[in-house]
Amino acid sequence: MADKLISKIPDGPLSEKWKKRKSEIHLVSPNNKRKLEIIVVGTGLGGASAAASLGELGYNVKVFCISDSPRRAHSIAAQGGINAAKNYQNDNDSVYRLFYDTIKGGDYRAREANVYRLAEVSAAIIDQCVAQGIPFAREYGGYLANRSFGGVQVSRTFYARGQTGQQLLLGAYASLNKEIAAGTVKSYPRHEMLDLVIINGEAKGIIARNLVTGQLERFGAHAVVIATGGYGNTYFLSTNAMNSNGSAAMQCYRKGAYFANPCFAQIHPTCIPVHGEQQCKLTLMSESLRNDGRIWVPKKLEDVEKLRKHQIKASQIPDEDRDYYLERRYPAFGNLVPRDVASRAAKERCDAGFGVNETGKAVFLDFSDAIRRLGHQKVAERYGNLFEMYEKITASSPWEEPMMIYPAIHYTMGGIWVDYDLQTTIPGLYAIGEANFSDHGGNRLGASALMQGLADGYFVIPVTIGDYLSHKFAEPKTDINAPEFAAAEKAVQARIDRLFSIKGTETVDSLHKELGHIMWEYVGMARDEEGLKTAISKIKALRERFYKDVKVPGNQFEFNQELEKALRLEDFFDIGELMAYDALNRKESCGGHFRVESQTEEGEAKRDDKNFMYVAAWEFKGEGKEPELHKEELKYEFIEVKTRNYKD
Amino acid sequence: MNFNVKIWRQRNAKAKGHFETYRIEDIESDASFLEMLDILNEKLIREGIDPVSFDHDCREGICGACSLYIDGRAHGPDDHVTTCQLFMRHFKDGATITVEPWRSSAFPVIKDLVVDRTAYDKILQAGGFISVRTGSAQDANNILIGHDTAEESMDAAACIGCGACVATCKNGSAMLFVAARVSSLALLPQGKVEARKRARSMVAKMDELGFGNCTNTRACELECPKGITVSHIARLNREYLKAKFSE
Repeated sequence: MADKLISKIPDGPLSEKWKKRKSEIHLVSPNNKRKLEIIVVGTGLGGASAAASLGELGYNVKVFCISDSPRRAHSIAAQGGINAAKNYQNDNDSVYRLFYDTIKGGDYRAREANVYRLAEVSAAIIDQCVAQGIPFAREYGGYLANRSFGGVQVSRTFYARGQTGQQLLLGAYASLNKEIAAGTVKSYPRHEMLDLVIINGEAKGIIARNLVTGQLERFGAHAVVIATGGYGNTYFLSTNAMNSNGSAAMQCYRKGAYFANPCFAQIHPTCIPVHGEQQCKLTLMSESLRNDGRIWVPKKLEDVEKLRKHQIKASQIPDEDRDYYLERRYPAFGNLVPRDVASRAAKERCDAGFGVNETGKAVFLDFSDAIRRLGHQKVAERYGNLFEMYEKITASSPWEEPMMIYPAIHYTMGGIWVDYDLQTTIPGLYAIGEANFSDHGGNRLGASALMQGLADGYFVIPVTIGDYLSHKFAEPKTDINAPEFAAAEKAVQARIDRLFSIKGTETVDSLHKELGHIMWEYVGMARDEEGLKTAISKIKALRERFYKDVKVPGNQFEFNQELEKALRLEDFFDIGELMAYDALNRKESCGGHFRVESQTEEGEAKRDDKNFMYVAAWEFKGEGKEPELHKEELKYEFIEVKTRNYKD
Repeated sequence: MNFNVKIWRQRNAKAKGHFETYRIEDIESDASFLEMLDILNEKLIREGIDPVSFDHDCREGICGACSLYIDGRAHGPDDHVTTCQLFMRHFKDGATITVEPWRSSAFPVIKDLVVDRTAYDKILQAGGFISVRTGSAQDANNILIGHDTAEESMDAAACIGCGACVATCKNGSAMLFVAARVSSLALLPQGKVEARKRARSMVAKMDELGFGNCTNTRACELECPKGITVSHIARLNREYLKAKFSE
């Protein structure tokens, strides 16, 4: 079945591919668009922008989210910014350079054509967002301001204080509201997709649970777009929102959509360290802080001891006794190395015993130099709200003492496999934003998630979906009384009934926490063959325990958050296992995936292009069976494949 | 730390609600309020009691989902925070803590502490946007906006739509919420074209949905987790009057 992996990348020079594809795509006339229905699941940057743009085009759109309002999707929490190749700073930025940085940052595991298109449309995103009234930061002359992010040497990041994701999402949500008011989009908040419905091999609808009444509801369409984000919460503790989950992606996977590169998960270097066992969520401190903050640990172990016993404060350690280890190891990029590199370097120092808090799992992020250089006001303008947030949580002021940070799971580069049109291996099923795999390879650069979500939603899917739908306008509306809908609903009902019938003793969260421990221990920042095999067997055992002993209180036909969590945990078990299989197969270190067996003498990641320069696309083969691997070879025609070097 | 938590329990929108008090022990002072509720829920489930439903998601103070009325204050006893950013160190050990949902006829209770805030979406659908189609925008730097204007617009745009202003207001008015959106857009050149229509239709929708009137008590400003000030209400009033006079 490997022939399903047809990437549909247009021929020709890189800069002409998107133009070429657009010119080939069949159009749907306005009177026919009215006859076509599209389901969009998820209302983050990808889903909201897609639903709004498709509505503007005249399609009938139904948009679903699990929250009480589309505005609460987790894109809202993105802090630092959004990249665009505008070259407003005259620092020699260009579409090619943004493309190059993204491919290199992704450790040569992303598709050239997709990434180039992303860079190409990036500038239009900023135009669109400004037109929507998003209050980006401005210079005193009234022009847009920029800052720099990890893994790049230009300033191409646009931002709205530390709330860029919020502002971009409110922009997309406003466009969505405009279309809801116009009647082209119908919104279904507090609805959770529980299965994909396939008729004659094509995606034709979904089964969703109304989270208020608990009823299962059927929704039909001519095409389905999945925009449900990533699966970072497999680890229980992550920077993802509590309700973020990978369930919609898993439902598609079980119905035949291939799942690509599941092992590529990003561990973000700047999160607030874990404070105790009762914690359920980690808080990210924006990467933008690395523009002006310097990361260090003490050079002397005796200083570490004193810090842990609260005998001295960080500010009392003189500069010559501090090890600014990123500046030391990577002089060219310093504190702005990509996230995977910064995270591993923090782990290396902490494993060597230099962690600066009681748990030994923290390093300093210090602003004292920046405050001296820029003054209080400038620093406050750039990071004021982040400093406040840090102080609220930790009761320590970054104005006086350095922040303490440690890596945490943040983003998943892997996702549903899609072709150049963002269509999955199931015709009529599309995946956009973090839910797909296509643009970030083994590691995503900062401020690129927002860019990708909006690129897919505003500029790619509204065009590419037309090619599929241009053949569908003569088809009648999908009949939700079709036997395929009944069968899918019945299967979902059986899943729910099974959960209530177990009546065990363990809570959903306690089991999820255990899954998280397994994942962090064996499928975390450093992975090896033995550990990954252990992970697979431990996950299987935990899943068995779940089905024997989980306790789901209440009933189906009410607002029931425990049932929601239990259904999601079932899917997290499957994702966790799939991640371990993928990590086991990928015997190289690459991006966020570090195999202990594959490293240089200096402890840097060692990629293996000869054997692993491919996208690993996994096919579901049935419950309890090993998934089957399909390979999409990656060809680099326009970029020279190099070893990533952030040293010089 | 140990607490007695007195919580509003209500099975569904139609059921009659009541308070239940639960004892919770060994809570870290660094735990957040919602982590305390998580721990309480784990305990309740093990004891065979229906866990307490409450809205929450990002736990970083930005999504606006969490919405608890704690000891008589929206988002509890700390200033300018959401419930998820409220920490147990703000409470006295051994205290009895009262937890209620937002109380407003425009936000009916769904279950326990969860309320229905779709009225907010409806207000924004009435005009809380700039009518720009995807793809029709000019180059971003063709629209110059002064630094201070952009900052002021951002102050208002920081609204997270949590509903604390409505829950706090004795009249259940949504004026601060509406003002934040109207003001943020009216400050910008892009937003001026539709400014009058926007103010008029959003205010009309707010009235229609059963929110109360503003009597300038400024309680909303005190409890807004994002520190949005009533100066934006003044701007809304100005836009609204301009709209009325141009009719």
